[in-house]
Order: sequence, then C-alpha cells, then structure tokens
Amino acid sequence: MSGEAGAPDGEWRRTSPLGYLVRAIMALRNLLFPAAAMLFGTNALRGGALWVFPTIAGMILLSALFSWIAWRHFRYRIGESDIRVERGLLHRTARSVPYERIQDVSLEQKLVPRLFGMVEARFETGAGGKEELRIGFVTEAEGAALRETVRVHKSGAVPVGAAEAVPEEESRVLFSMDPRRLATFGLFEFSLVVFAVLAGAVQQFDFLLPFDFWDFRGWIGLLAGPGHWLEELGMAAQALGAAIALFLLALVGLVTGLGRTVLRDYGFLLEETPKGLRRRRGLLTRSDTVMPIHRVQALKVTTGILRRRFGWHGLSVVSLAQDAKSASHVVVPFAKMAEIAPVVEVAGFALPGAESDWHRCSPRYNLDRALLSAAVPLLCALGLLLAAPFVEGALRFGLALPVAGLVALAGFVALRERFLWLHQRHAIDGRLIYLRHGWLAPRLEIASRVKLQSVEIVQGPIARRRGYAALNFGVAGGTLAMHGIPLDSARAIRRAVLGSIAEVDFSRLPG
Amino acid sequence: MVEGDGDGAGDWAGDGDALTPLHPNYVKSIRLASLVGALPFVVGALALEMADRLPRGAFLLPVLLVAAYAVLRVPLRRYHARGFQMGADRLRVVRGLLFRSDTVVPFGRVQHIDVHQGPIERAYGLATLVLHTAGNHNASVALPGLGHGDALAMREEIRAHVKRETM
Repeated sequence: MSGEAGAPDGEWRRTSPLGYLVRAIMALRNLLFPAAAMLFGTNALRGGALWVFPTIAGMILLSALFSWIAWRHFRYRIGESDIRVERGLLHRTARSVPYERIQDVSLEQKLVPRLFGMVEARFETGAGGKEELRIGFVTEAEGAALRETVRVHKSGAVPVGAAEAVPEEESRVLFSMDPRRLATFGLFEFSLVVFAVLAGAVQQFDFLLPFDFWDFRGWIGLLAGPGHWLEELGMAAQALGAAIALFLLALVGLVTGLGRTVLRDYGFLLEETPKGLRRRRGLLTRSDTVMPIHRVQALKVTTGILRRRFGWHGLSVVSLAQDAKSASHVVVPFAKMAEIAPVVEVAGFALPGAESDWHRCSPRYNLDRALLSAAVPLLCALGLLLAAPFVEGALRFGLALPVAGLVALAGFVALRERFLWLHQRHAIDGRLIYLRHGWLAPRLEIASRVKLQSVEIVQGPIARRRGYAALNFGVAGGTLAMHGIPLDSARAIRRAVLGSIAEVDFSRLPG
Repeated sequence: MVEGDGDGAGDWAGDGDALTPLHPNYVKSIRLASLVGALPFVVGALALEMADRLPRGAFLLPVLLVAAYAVLRVPLRRYHARGFQMGADRLRVVRGLLFRSDTVVPFGRVQHIDVHQGPIERAYGLATLVLHTAGNHNASVALPGLGHGDALAMREEIRAHVKRETM
C-alpha cells in the first residue's frame, strides 16, 4: 500500500493494489473491439463457433496478467533531490526527474480511475515531445501529497508564476491595428480557400444536388444543347467572359481574405503588462492571451511575396513547448519594421543593425544543391529524348514541349540556388543569433544564445567530401538550423554558443 | 575483437580531446541485434532455394554475403563511428557512418535522465543513457553501448551537476 507522501528519502514504492485493478480494467478496453469483431465475425451470437468464448476468456486472462506484470514492475521513489521511476520487465527504463525541472504537477482522472478514487499524476518538465513523467494510478490523497511534496521541494527555487489575475494598471500599448490597417492587411491575405471548401462540400453532399455534379458528359451535353449560344458569340465575347470570370475569382479571393482577417484580427491590441505580452484580438470570438516574456525563446519576422514590396512585415514569437498548444503566437500581424522594432526590444531581443557581421553559407553547398536539384528534371528530359526515336512521327514533335519545359525547370531551380546563396545569411553577436532564410518571402529568425538547449553538427556523405556541415540548435517550441556552414566555422560557432549556454542554468534563464 | 578500422571516429568535429570509445560489448550486442534482423531474410532465401527455380545458390549466396557483411563488418564500423566525451559541464555524443552527427548537450539544459536497458543490452551488461532537453530538435539524446555501471555513474554525475547549478 502506498505510504505517506512526506516519507523520507530512499524508499521504493509501488502504486496501491487498487491501482492494479484500475490498470487491468483500463487495459480491458483494448480488447473490446477485437472481441466484438470475433463475436460478429464468427456469428457466435447465433450459436456459431463454440471456441470463441474460451478464446475471449483467455485474452482477458492474458491482459490481466500483462497488467499485473506492468504493475509489479513499476515502482517510484520520492527522493531528496529527484523523483525516480523504474518500469518494465524486458525493456527496463529508469527515469530520474530533478525537482528543479518540474514545472507543474497535474492530476488526471479518467472515468474508470474516478470510480475507484484513483488519479494519475503527471510531472510536466517542459521537455520536448511527450516525454513527461507519469505515475499512475495512485489514490487521490497520495496524488495531492505528491503535488505538495514537489511544491515544497521547489519552493526554494524560482517560483513559477501561479495563476493570478492580470493587473489592469501598468499596461502599455505596444501595437494596435485601426480599421484602415486591418483593411489593408485583409487585401494582402487574398485567399481562394473558399473554392476548396465549396469543392469539398460538393463532394460531401453531392447526393443532395438534383444532378450529378461530376458527370462531365452531361455538362458537355448542356453546352452543346441549350448552351450552344455561348459558342456562337465569337472570340471577343468569349474573351470578355473569361475576363469576367477571372475578375469574379479575384473578387471572391479578396472578399474571403478580408473577411477572414477581420474575423481573426479585429481590434488587435498588444500590450506590455507585468506578466508579459498580452494580446487581444477577434471579432466574434475574442481571444485574450498572455505570453510571459521569460518564456520567449526566439522571434520570427515574416513577410509575403507581395506585401514585402510595400514594406509590410509580421512578427511572431517561439515559446516554450507547453504553450504551443494554444495555437498562433503572432504578436504583430502586419506592420512596418519601425513599429516592430519596439516590440522586439520589449521581448528582450534586438533587430540586426548596421554593425551585424553577416556571413553567407559555403558556396559549395548551394552549388551541390543546384546540381542535385537540376539533375532530376534533366534526367527526365534525357529519358524523353532517348524515347523519341521509338515514337510515331506526329507525336515526336509533341515531345519537344515537355523536354523544353523540363530543361527550363532545371535552369530555374539552379538559378534559385544561386539567388538563395546571395540572400541567405547568418550573423552572431555576443547575445543573439540571426538567420535569414528564403527567396521570395524571406524570413528573419532571432534566437537568444543562452536560451538554446543543445547544439548538433550534422554531415551527410556529400557534405563530408565538400567540407561543410549543418548546425541544428535545440530551441524549446521551435527549430533553428543553419545549413551549408564550412566545418571550421560550424565548430567555432558551436564552441562560442556552448560557452554562453553553459554559463546559465535552465532554471535561471533570464526572465 | 575490436581492432582499428581506418575511418574511426577520432576527432572529426575536433573540439579538443579525443572521444571515449563505448563498451567493447556494444559490438556484440549490435551483432546479435543484426543477426536477429537478418534471420528472416536467410530463412526466406532458404525457402526460395528449396523451390529450385533458379541455379543453385542464386538466392542463398547473395543473401548470405549481405547478411555476413551486416552482422560482422557493419557493427564494427558503427562501433568505431560512435563515441562520447564527458566534459565538466556538457556531454558530447558522436554517431553515424554515412550521416555523421555530433551533438553537445550542456548539463544545465537537461530536463530529465533515463537509463534504459533492452533484453540484449541486459544480456551483455550494457545500458543506454538518454538525456531529455526542452528543445524540439534533439528533444532526447541517446547514448547507447555504455556499461550499466558507467551509465548509472554518469547519470549521478549529471544529476549532481543539475542540482548544484540550481541550488
């Protein structure tokens, strides 16, 4: 039986036997579908195969046995400095979670455990992915005690902000959008998504239509019959018709974009509060989000192909993994760089200045990529050319077009790599890392050196021969990677960044 | 058993000191794992051989050659490609034959630590040390092929470091 949660260090415990019962019942649910399938599949209900019931009974027994093994080999210990869990019979895992790393303890009660008054305790650590620590199933009292133990052990460390009301005073407006800005933004959010939705709806509900939507012969018949007048109108009228259709398409796209933008970003307001950046937005569903500044790991400045020509940019933040569920982290959707700069400042970052020391990646990297990406269409073109002698006369000229197209495509992707080499770059100063990516809609990533989690140098077979490498940084809630860096500079960057990481412990990151 | 191999890991991403090699038993454990993996193919080749459709050995010979390469040669090369370096405040893990990667995790960023043992690892007294970080990339960095005792000792050392930094 589970003991007192305040018990001293070094005592291994199992969850209570009731916990086993809950486990076994939960495991039985997995048998429900196979059992039902067997019953129906063999017509057992109508006196079919007699072996079905013994088989199901055997499955239940096996399941109970496995649950028992799992329960028997699961033990945990509330230590002086960490919580340890060991589990598994064949694959054994021993996990240790230091108290300082535990962000929160949540107690979860699903239906079955609830009937027995049991809970599953989850220790959230902010580790990426699903790798948190779980202890299931313990009595409610034990769960509460576990949570209390962690609180007590943590109390010496940095307090993680408890849920308090956001104070209304002391807030400063950082960015807001008036209707005029909103309308401009909406125009750039041109979207044809409505047609995709319509097509999907037609596919779903076509049985409601009085005719078969996908019957193309029927459509052609309609054109040839009553629609025949269309053909008789002549070239000019047809061109006019096409223009009107295009205009309508553009209009629908604009209206959709505008509508979606207004619904999402109406009354956009970003404030600086003592608890962090507070964002309010939305017309029908108004959302109110607070992003603690110390949780901001990196920033992204994005733009679009067209809006970039007019100097419009957007700013979003990369935040700790837990927050990732709450959808978008856009803090400035649509603004000039001069308006974005103060927000970047408040978040504890800085935009690159004139003194930033930009570096390009290795020209070999883009050359290799250009050759590789051009090779595929060129090989296809070659294949077509080789096939040409075996094709009938008339079709042979038909091949010229795809071949020319493929060659043009190869040239295009090769040119694109050249352009990327010219424009992709990185800079590092004492505090921040800057990365510029992309071609038509370039984006800028800004990460703080001390907030990185790990650094990895990766080389594929080609990269090893050509002397460059990729640098992957571990960022909580996002990714950050530099490609095609000469190996020596990659090592130098890693050494420098690791130096600044190692100086500050995770739980003492500036905030 | 574990002799030099031409393209050993050495110090390819050169950060000062040379890498610590893994436990020699690691070669045996990968060999056993590859053997288990190759077995179905050998059995399949044997079955095709029984069918007597092609000249004798047309299936069995190539499959046996590939299996022998995968069981005898590849594990040795993988062993030599892997290594680690336990620094005062960071762990460096190097791995990969074709695609080489060299990861450094500062102890100050470790969220929690696993010591994992599969059935084969247990038979050879080995363990895998897994460091979990908060990053999305490299959320967990695994270092297989350590002696079980060494893995536990390393866990305690990293553990102690995490504690010291925060207290």
